[in-house]
Amino acid sequence: MSRRLDVQAEWHRVSPKYVLVVLVSSLVSGVVAGAIAAVIWLIMQVSWGWLLLVAVGIVTVVTLIVAPRRARSIGYALRDDDLLFRRGIMFQRFVAVPYGRMQLIDITRGPVGRALGLADLKFVTAAASTAVAIPGLPEADAGELRDRLVELAESRRAGL
Amino acid sequence: MSVPLGGADPGSAAPGTRVPVTDAPAVARMADGEWHRLHPLTPLLRGGIGLVAVLGIVLANLRERLVDMFLSVFGVDESQQGGNDYAGDPIDQIYQHGLVGWALLALAVLLVLAIALFYLAWRMHSFRIGDDAVEVRSGVINRRHRKARLDRIQGVNVSRPLFPRIFGTAKLEVSVAGQDANVELAYLGSQLADGLRRDILLRASGAAAAASGQSLQPAAPGQSLQPAAPGQSQQPAAPGQSLQPAGPASAQNRASELITRRLNEFVRPELDPDAAPPHSVVSIPPARLIGSIVISEFTVFLLIAVGLVVAGASTGRYWLLVAVLPGVIGSASFYLRRFTRSINYSIAGTPDGVRVGFGMLSTSNETLPPGRIHALEVMQPLLWRPFGWWQIRIDTAGKSKQKGAAGQPNTTMLPVGNADDVARVLALALSAFATEQNRLLIQAGMTARADAPAPGAGPLFSAAPRSAAVLRPFSWRRTGYRIADGIVLLRTGAVWRRLVIVPLARLQSVEVRQGPLRRSLHLAQARLHTVYGPVATSLPVIADSDAFPFFTAVADGAIDAAESDRSHRWNTPA
Repeated sequence: MSRRLDVQAEWHRVSPKYVLVVLVSSLVSGVVAGAIAAVIWLIMQVSWGWLLLVAVGIVTVVTLIVAPRRARSIGYALRDDDLLFRRGIMFQRFVAVPYGRMQLIDITRGPVGRALGLADLKFVTAAASTAVAIPGLPEADAGELRDRLVELAESRRAGL
Repeated sequence: MSVPLGGADPGSAAPGTRVPVTDAPAVARMADGEWHRLHPLTPLLRGGIGLVAVLGIVLANLRERLVDMFLSVFGVDESQQGGNDYAGDPIDQIYQHGLVGWALLALAVLLVLAIALFYLAWRMHSFRIGDDAVEVRSGVINRRHRKARLDRIQGVNVSRPLFPRIFGTAKLEVSVAGQDANVELAYLGSQLADGLRRDILLRASGAAAAASGQSLQPAAPGQSLQPAAPGQSQQPAAPGQSLQPAGPASAQNRASELITRRLNEFVRPELDPDAAPPHSVVSIPPARLIGSIVISEFTVFLLIAVGLVVAGASTGRYWLLVAVLPGVIGSASFYLRRFTRSINYSIAGTPDGVRVGFGMLSTSNETLPPGRIHALEVMQPLLWRPFGWWQIRIDTAGKSKQKGAAGQPNTTMLPVGNADDVARVLALALSAFATEQNRLLIQAGMTARADAPAPGAGPLFSAAPRSAAVLRPFSWRRTGYRIADGIVLLRTGAVWRRLVIVPLARLQSVEVRQGPLRRSLHLAQARLHTVYGPVATSLPVIADSDAFPFFTAVADGAIDAAESDRSHRWNTPA
């Protein structure tokens, strides 16, 4: 029906285990939102509270259904001189960052990700809007990718 | 270890100290890699606000007593009814207990202590300008040592707030990228600040290093800049130097000279005559400035508000008039502040970058070395269109703490100007791009309604497809981009016209995105990521078939531009 955006590149996908992280986090937020809706309906006796609860339920189920596809849509590619990043199915986003623009690289680990041995890598430039965050990398890969990126940035060092 | 920096200002330095007769040697000596101190008046100028605040508090507390004294002087005797009003007042207490002597002693000790502390703070506050860094050490108890590399300089700002300006001093601020990362030299002698700026920029540009590498004689400021500054007149004497007496002058003469000099500094525009070719200076007539401030969205809002209030008051709700009074006073001061901050605007190209100056009472004068502009926007609000006025704003990595023209942060490069002024400013700010052959392109970017193909060539800007009219009913014809000479131009907005120029060498990253709505319209959205600033560097609609050609071209262009970029040492011979 409609043309999707796509770039030909050697895409690396995130770990399949990352789906679990997304599932758990959307489940947790669904439960929290559902609890709030339940409080509004049952304890505060708001008559339309059940509508809220149903809405939360639908959103959570939809999120859980698309979670695997969303996780699979995240990808990155190391080109000769820049890092390519993509994510999203409905809302697609593609970013290209020259290696030389790197200011720092962050590696973070959430509780669920840590249990599964996953880490998130964030590529920070002087522009806050760059927002390149690659989630769900196996810990060893994340460290390796960080060292590789730092090395690439060093060899292509540019000013600000 | 060093001589106080009163050197540039013979009026304030004690006669016994080694006062240099001219400024040039003083400046050469200041940037010698040794530690130097700031102007001796610094504690007074920095503490000036604190002093006023303390005085204010004291006055507020003693207000009734003062009023009483004032009344009693004029013979109104209130002692009958009000004599015991201040029974608990500390001053009365002290007086009644006969502690006046002690109180005075305590006051004196406090004063001496304060002066000693200020003196110590001044003694401990020093700076050093070496070959590749500016350093400042300060603090008595908590010592702080800040060092900024010269090739990372984003801008040098010489500002003269009113109070320090009266004393012939100035503040030199070297901005580097980062939050609160500026090196501030406050305060210095006025001419010394100018000289130091020239010296810092000379060293930062790499020209000084290149010159000393070739010949061992110390490079005089301004002399090794020859290749970059054709037609730069070599004036060894800065203005005001001719006022220096050769022999000892009488105190009276010196005083009158000092006053003349201060007056000259006040009226003369903030430009080094030796650094700025005068023909490139854009000036804003006061009438246009006032017009640009009055004809704004804010005024429309104000008029609507006033209209509503008048309508309300005419139906008997007079309290409305009282309620809006603070707002009216506030907006009057808003207009006034914008005016006094933007007046005396000047812009000029120097060998070390664009220099923008403005201000009437407090002045500010910032130099942006080449390649420090991350994005630039030429913008025309709807109300300005009948007058053909434009405004130019920029994104830079380092920001001076001083407020810029029009009281906005230092990001307004041209508060208001006509198309010619815009062309001149662009020629200064993006000298490599704003050439004669690109004139048509810039013009099309600024004013073209739709994409009229240029004679003999294809369209200047890419065009958004017709389906974009759903999202941008007025501006879809104008919305487009062009990549040329290491620059990306984004043209948007039909009501509020906007032309955004991003040098590829400064681009951080590029992004293309698409949501369901745009996908169904065969559109996408593109965005260029630059450092934080007022310029919105995005293209709201672009044909989806065009999105990746744009993405690829910008990404590749950014890599090439970054490789060939030499602006961190802009005067180094390649």
